Amino acid sequence: MNALLRPTAFAALALLSVARAHAGTLTLESWRTDDKTLWDTVLLPAFTKAHPGITVKFTPTAPPEYNSVVSARLASGSAGDLITCRPFDVSLDLYKKGHLEKLDGNPALANFPDSAKVAWQTDDGKDTYCVPMASVIHGFFYNRKIFGELGLKPPATEADFHAALDKIKASGKYTPMSLGTADQWDTSQVVFTGIGPNYWKGEDGRKALIAGKAKFTDPQFVAVWQAMAKWPPYLARGYQAQTYGDTQTLFASGKAAIVPAGSWDIAFYQKEAGLDFGAFAPPVQKAGDPCYISDHADIGMGINTASKNKADAKVFLDWIASKEFADLYTNKATGFFSLSKFPIDVQNPVARQMVGWRLQCKSTIRLNAQIMSRGEPSMENELWNVNSQVLNGKMTPQQAAERIQSGFAKWYHPAAK
Amino acid sequence: MSRHPIRASALGRSALVHLTLGGYCLLVLCPILLVLLNSFKSRAGIFDDPLGLPTTATLSLAGYGKVLGDAAVGHMFVNSAIVTGVSLAAILLLGAMAAWALTEYGFFGNRLLALFLAFGIMVPIRLGSVAILQEMVALDLVNTLTALVLVYIAQGLPLAVMILSEFVGQVPQELKDAARCDGVGEYRIFFQVVLPLIRPAVATVAVFTMVPIWNDLWFPLILAPSEQTQTITLGVQQFVGQFATDWNAVLAALSLAVLPILVLYAVFSRQLIRGITAGAVK
Amino acid sequence: MKQKAGWPALVFLAPALVIYTAFSAWPLLATLRLGLYGTDDVGHVSFVGLDNFRKLLFDEHWFGAFRNAMVDNVEFFAIHTLVQNPVALLLAALLSLRGVRGAAAYRTVLFLPTLLSVVIIGFTWQLILSPLWGVSEKLMTLVGLGEHFGPWLGQEETALRTIALISVWQFVGIPMMLIYAALIAIPEEVVEAAAVEGAGAWRIFWSIRLPLILPTLGLVNILTFVGNFNAFDLIYAVKGALAGPNFSTDLLGTLFYRTFFGYQSETGSATMGAALATLMFLVILSGVGLYFLVIQRRLQRIAS
Repeated sequence: MNALLRPTAFAALALLSVARAHAGTLTLESWRTDDKTLWDTVLLPAFTKAHPGITVKFTPTAPPEYNSVVSARLASGSAGDLITCRPFDVSLDLYKKGHLEKLDGNPALANFPDSAKVAWQTDDGKDTYCVPMASVIHGFFYNRKIFGELGLKPPATEADFHAALDKIKASGKYTPMSLGTADQWDTSQVVFTGIGPNYWKGEDGRKALIAGKAKFTDPQFVAVWQAMAKWPPYLARGYQAQTYGDTQTLFASGKAAIVPAGSWDIAFYQKEAGLDFGAFAPPVQKAGDPCYISDHADIGMGINTASKNKADAKVFLDWIASKEFADLYTNKATGFFSLSKFPIDVQNPVARQMVGWRLQCKSTIRLNAQIMSRGEPSMENELWNVNSQVLNGKMTPQQAAERIQSGFAKWYHPAAK
Repeated sequence: MSRHPIRASALGRSALVHLTLGGYCLLVLCPILLVLLNSFKSRAGIFDDPLGLPTTATLSLAGYGKVLGDAAVGHMFVNSAIVTGVSLAAILLLGAMAAWALTEYGFFGNRLLALFLAFGIMVPIRLGSVAILQEMVALDLVNTLTALVLVYIAQGLPLAVMILSEFVGQVPQELKDAARCDGVGEYRIFFQVVLPLIRPAVATVAVFTMVPIWNDLWFPLILAPSEQTQTITLGVQQFVGQFATDWNAVLAALSLAVLPILVLYAVFSRQLIRGITAGAVK
Repeated sequence: MKQKAGWPALVFLAPALVIYTAFSAWPLLATLRLGLYGTDDVGHVSFVGLDNFRKLLFDEHWFGAFRNAMVDNVEFFAIHTLVQNPVALLLAALLSLRGVRGAAAYRTVLFLPTLLSVVIIGFTWQLILSPLWGVSEKLMTLVGLGEHFGPWLGQEETALRTIALISVWQFVGIPMMLIYAALIAIPEEVVEAAAVEGAGAWRIFWSIRLPLILPTLGLVNILTFVGNFNAFDLIYAVKGALAGPNFSTDLLGTLFYRTFFGYQSETGSATMGAALATLMFLVILSGVGLYFLVIQRRLQRIAS
């Protein structure tokens, strides 16, 4: 920059910093583009009523770009004051790089159980950098009309599951399952981590992997891929080019009977006037087996260390941790369940059904969310890849297991524990 | 495509020409028409009968309602227009000036500077994004249209200079000598003698410099994503991402995004033709 | 013969140079320099010399990704060279013939896809090729090719080719315009002289017009090369940064994006990304350099 530019720049910056300090405006970064209307018309007005004088602007970025865009903005100092936090390693990385404020000592954090906070804490549990907001639960949705027509009941075991799928396929009128591999993430984050816990016994399996006591090539993990490898005959023609949006559209149009889904999908399917749907938990292997569900802490909120308005940001975070917000968010952002300790009455029937599974089944987070995706190669991306390939019939379950295990072993040495 | 000798009569040859051109035109127009037609249908109509025209049952303007009712669509268009227009004008003017300086004048480092500028054609400017963003923060130009304009000028100059240099070099020596003999100053020579002569090149450079700027997604996303500075391309992308399953809204958005480009091009294309033919006639 | 440089030269050159240096050259050089640094877990950057390059070229994971992207990019370029450029040549040649009625209208229409943004094109074609919407399937059935339809965008073997063809569909207008401009710049006398001697339209084209536009064809090839090896937007719009299925549509541009900015849980590394960018630059540089030194000179000679 030439000599004239710098003094001018500083002068301008100085003037603008003074201006900003008085503003009481906060910018909120998020990936929930779907929720923009919700924030603008329900949540933010509620906040402004409780705290007049602070204006918050909700500025979402499309989900696939969010991580990279926010990271770039934080690196160069142009990110918003409030950052919506992805769980575990993604936000941990931001914290380590000094972009998120340490929140320990904030009394509002007492509203959350440890199991929720762990998604936004350093490995030793000493630093917390985001306030937990909500979790999502994985399962399957089914079209009640089709099931009624074919005389089917929501399946409880794998055998029932296949029997139902076979019957739907035999009828020739509907696609048994709506699922595509084009977007890849759903094959991993909805399918694999959704049905898997029943095979690897939830937290036990996950923790064993982290402790080095189990390997992906062990039978309980390979079995998941074997189960997935049986699905292609039930999928729509050309599913390899079916995107997540297509999957939703297919089920919403009533042309498919079952769809693997997360609770966040409830809001979308609710809007479909003619669709009568219910949910069932991922089937267990044998009748009588204990069931496990993927109950994933998905969304939190933190403060940008470079924010010029931290005082107001802290006020906003306290409100996020309040019962009022927990109630509003759970019932208006259907399918997102507040992580707080407050007992919330879930109004939506399907959401209520899903959150009820917590009582019958043991919860676990998505398998590779903590620690396992930190290295090179990133297990998250590897899982997306192998899960899509298994469903495409391009990789055998054994190959998938070996690939994940060898990638993991390349950088992960549990000996330290 | 076979290339056997054409011995047919003029009529036969003309038919083949029109068949080829017309055929390709169909390949170009069909996808666009498909989007336009389906944007006027209801969701059911789009899904069940994609190739059909909108019938009375399926005709629906719901998609357009959602798009037009949604964001400040008009404002986004204005943003795109300002950024594209100003960048383009600057690229053409500064580019022509630089091309003239590099080809006409001999000075130390002349070739080196030309190479330095050519460097920019080969390396995607996106590589420098983090550094560019830091610069904009330091200059406090984040979320301004100015940031976009500056970056696009820097992006467009190398190719403009390279192409214009070729044409500037073709300006007849006699014209320049004559002007200089008459005592005409260098600036006047450039603006009044050289610039008019390279108009066809300027027009061509304009058309395909304008396009990447108008359609750029990356820099608006990184440098100016705020509501006041959103360009139409960014706006459509956000909209599509948000309403991925709302097909008639998405198709309406896409249709609306296409229309002004058509208009802009129709206007520019006349200039282009005029410029090219004027050059050829000379 | 060059004029002596004075103040005017500086005035003409300065504004362009200043903006270009400040917002293009310097940030790029800063990034290339960044390739010699490494980032650790906490974001501290320290000088590591050629370590990043060693990783990119010798580490099995990195080199595998790099090689895959390179191979894809070469295939991408090959399709453009074999499809886009001949088609552009054909269209431009037809448009430049005398007495073609409606040439201006054709020209306007044919250039249209180039004007559309990648968002529009990506989504439109994805929709058309979608097995769910069934448009292409219906069209193919109409011409009796129904069974040949497949989810091309979702299959490893066909995805890259399909996207390359979409890219050709989008960009044919640019080489078409460049070649067209060159064709109409050919002086009439040359063509007329040949016509008087009895040469048919085909011979005129092949022996007179084509040689004269060879430099332009060379330019078109170079621009295609550079454009293809920088390509990113269309893949990103249609397949996302992960360039599936199974990285079969991964180009150097998408690999760079993932490396630099990260993707989902994989945190980005500005330093590795910068190193990759340097390699991309070298690839492009060698391609362009080779071209200019060897081929372009020969073309100029033929043309004159």
